[in-house]
Amino acid sequence: MSNKTLFDKIWDTHVVKKIQDGPSVLYIDRHFIHEVTSPQAFKGLEKRGLPVFRPKQVVATADHNVPTLHQELPIKEELSRIQVQTLKDNCAKFGIELYGLGHPFQGIVHVIGPELGVTQPGCTYVCGDSHTSTHGAFGSIAFGIGTSEVEMVLATQCLLQSKPKLMRINVDGTLGKGVTSKDIVLYILSQISASGATGYAVEFAGSAIRALSMEARMTICNMSIEMGARCGMIAPDETTFTYVKGRKFAPQGAEWDKKLAEWKTLFSDEDAVFDKEYNFKAEDIEPMITYGTNPGMGIGVTGHVPELSEIKSGDLPAFEKSIQYMGLAAGEHILGHPVDYVFIGSCTNSRIEDLRQVAAFVKGKQKAEGVTCWVVPGSKQVEAQAKEEGIDKILEAAGFQLRQPGCSACLGMNEDKIPAGKYCISTSNRNFEGRQGPNARTMLASPLMAAAAAVTGKVCDVRELV
Amino acid sequence: MSKAINHIKSTVVPLNLENIDTDQIIPARFLKATSREGFGENLFRDWRFENNDPDQPKKDFVLNNPIYAGKILVAAKNFGCGSSREHAAWAIKDYGFDVVVSSFFADIFKNNALNNFLVPVTVSEGFLQKIFEQVEKDPKSEISVSVEDQTITIEATGEKESFDINHYKKDCLINGFDDIDYLLNMREEIGAFEQARG
Ligand code: SF4
Repeated sequence: MSNKTLFDKIWDTHVVKKIQDGPSVLYIDRHFIHEVTSPQAFKGLEKRGLPVFRPKQVVATADHNVPTLHQELPIKEELSRIQVQTLKDNCAKFGIELYGLGHPFQGIVHVIGPELGVTQPGCTYVCGDSHTSTHGAFGSIAFGIGTSEVEMVLATQCLLQSKPKLMRINVDGTLGKGVTSKDIVLYILSQISASGATGYAVEFAGSAIRALSMEARMTICNMSIEMGARCGMIAPDETTFTYVKGRKFAPQGAEWDKKLAEWKTLFSDEDAVFDKEYNFKAEDIEPMITYGTNPGMGIGVTGHVPELSEIKSGDLPAFEKSIQYMGLAAGEHILGHPVDYVFIGSCTNSRIEDLRQVAAFVKGKQKAEGVTCWVVPGSKQVEAQAKEEGIDKILEAAGFQLRQPGCSACLGMNEDKIPAGKYCISTSNRNFEGRQGPNARTMLASPLMAAAAAVTGKVCDVRELV
Repeated sequence: MSKAINHIKSTVVPLNLENIDTDQIIPARFLKATSREGFGENLFRDWRFENNDPDQPKKDFVLNNPIYAGKILVAAKNFGCGSSREHAAWAIKDYGFDVVVSSFFADIFKNNALNNFLVPVTVSEGFLQKIFEQVEKDPKSEISVSVEDQTITIEATGEKESFDINHYKKDCLINGFDDIDYLLNMREEIGAFEQARG
């Protein structure tokens, strides 16, 4: 009888060779690249006089540096413009398909892969970006790599990887009203900490996970890196197959049937053993919000910032530094805390389902005075769909700004930055110091919680409003 | 110039904070270069300088304290979490460090460090505290690290601990080999693997 995990099944079919006492040579099916972490890799190839080994297996887009207003104009910031141009030049030179600025498929790399059907079950994906874990939602092994590794994959379509330990996190039960997949992942993070899964590949399972849409599953796998996980994954099922079917690069006809039969074998066998396992109940999860400067510092919205006495002595310096940065006090309640900015976007929550949820909530409402609200779709396709459904009109009427696709205020690299000292409730994945701009104060939450904060001007319990 | 690295003996820079993420090591706005050089200037940029101004060093930050210097950076647990940016490893190496010691490293950072011949040394929580105490007592204290023997030693007290590193990576560090050299030699095998998978 087989007792393999989902991870094992995929890993085993991608090992080209195992080095004795060392890592394995792992074959990579698809490699996503973007403008920030690829230039030095291409330079490396050039120095060695190498071509890209399998250019057809590389997909490129520009996302981190792009402005989210007036994308038709040249990028103002010189260094950003050079980086985006360098990507363009490298793709042309090495024969790589680029969905760059102006292309109807452009968008955040982790949004476009799934939406184009490039992301499929049973495959291996890498990208010079830690949130590559997002693609694991389809039942694949997908992880972020550094630029030296980008160069290796460009040169050989392979990487040297040691097999991680395996963890399963089960979430069973039914989510309450106003509680979403973002809350699940922030809750797990608050329980196991920002390093709780370091060294592990994590499979998310259980009835509450099964019940989620593909978009919602991506949100969870996206943030598995925030627990330190090497990758996050969810076994594919009908929800997955339905999502993939018919997309641009999805298999078709007889090829589809063959793939589907393969994909149906991708689950952890009943006797599969994990190195570590956690169990959580969906009913215990409230809408979540973070108060600190790592994503593990989250609480249920009715909770309070921990008291000093609740923190282990070794953790005190980091905790105190963190809440000082956030301008919060130990023991303080977050509910009712004023917000200045609302950012709905990033590869965590910028898919069409997120925008629909936000639009349904704000329809007929107005944003609070003094709050700046940005909604940034994850891709050109999401943007087009939103317009088709009239979501843009609803958001505009409510005083939100619908911008153009890109990473935007998720990281302080492009023009969209949160000013120093301001509070931003953000649907992105990281609340690190300075992440959204020098001295910006980030509170992570779900799109619904962010929308609720936009209309009330403060952190509120979305359950009372839906 | 050989990249090989094996025995390092040096004073250390102590940074006793947990969960130091790569956004602190090198903030995103400094990732716009298209070459690997020069990132050391912006290492810990927002902790190092007031108002984002290199002429206003923050006095209380350890890199600005002339008492501390050396090739070894020592930090508390979960060092290098967050973004996969290799620029973090480049910045630390470019600044002049050859070793980072912590009780726990984020995965991607560890790989990135190894690929840049920056040695990540994982020690026990107890040993880490001993290093911090020793350096606090005497900032001139030296630590030595041997990749070959897989040991780290506090010179003043002779206390020693061994650390893990896989055999393959150890060879790479000591001999100055890159993963890419290894993989390039495998291209035929990789082609055959592709054929076999159909
Ligand atoms: S949206 Fe944010 S987390 Fe996602 S790829 Fe862009 S910068 Fe990274």
